[in-house]
Amino acid sequence: METLEKIKQQIAENPILIYMKGSPKLPSCGFSAQATQALMSCGEQFAYVDILQNPDIRAELPAYADWPTFPQLWVEGELVGGCDIILEMFQQGELQPLIKETAAKYKSASEQSDAE
Amino acid sequence: MNIQSSIEEKLLSHFDPAYLEVVNESHQHNVPTGSETHFKVVLVSPSFDGERLINRHRAVNAVLRDELANHIHALALHTYTDSEWRGLYGGAPDSPECLGGLKRKAS
Repeated sequence: METLEKIKQQIAENPILIYMKGSPKLPSCGFSAQATQALMSCGEQFAYVDILQNPDIRAELPAYADWPTFPQLWVEGELVGGCDIILEMFQQGELQPLIKETAAKYKSASEQSDAE
Repeated sequence: MNIQSSIEEKLLSHFDPAYLEVVNESHQHNVPTGSETHFKVVLVSPSFDGERLINRHRAVNAVLRDELANHIHALALHTYTDSEWRGLYGGAPDSPECLGGLKRKAS
């Protein structure tokens, strides 16, 4: 699959998605570490892509996202921001409700579709 | 011109900042001594009024596009409006008013 198609699919299929260096448990960059710590403290599941393992995504995502650096947090198909924005939202108490509400929305949606 | 000065000049001319701080943090990272790869920017500007963080950061990234593409590895951004900045730090305290000094009349 073309890299750009892969990126679009990841963003479309994962309501809470972070592109980062390393993994949440073993981040390879201080900015990615701080961002995932804030995200994990929201207590919801999220998806991640390690861009060090995916050089094609690392090369193409910045242009698509209009965002030059990593990490990048995407929620419901939209770029929320990088490390500084994630941390500032966390400190202002804005990150947790966004993550919680998104998780709840998609949880209930999948439960509904399971029931149907 | 070094990268730090070029960042400072561009931000000064584009954002008319009330406060600007550009810190080279490269020494904190795994790069050779004297590198200009990691920067932190604190920028207080009236042009951020009513703009979400992501738009503020995109505006800064656009102004520094060349530096980001060719030189900078990491750019920590802290962007505030004047009133946010005052709310955060309250600004430096005002100095006390003159009470007359030697010319003060004895009461």
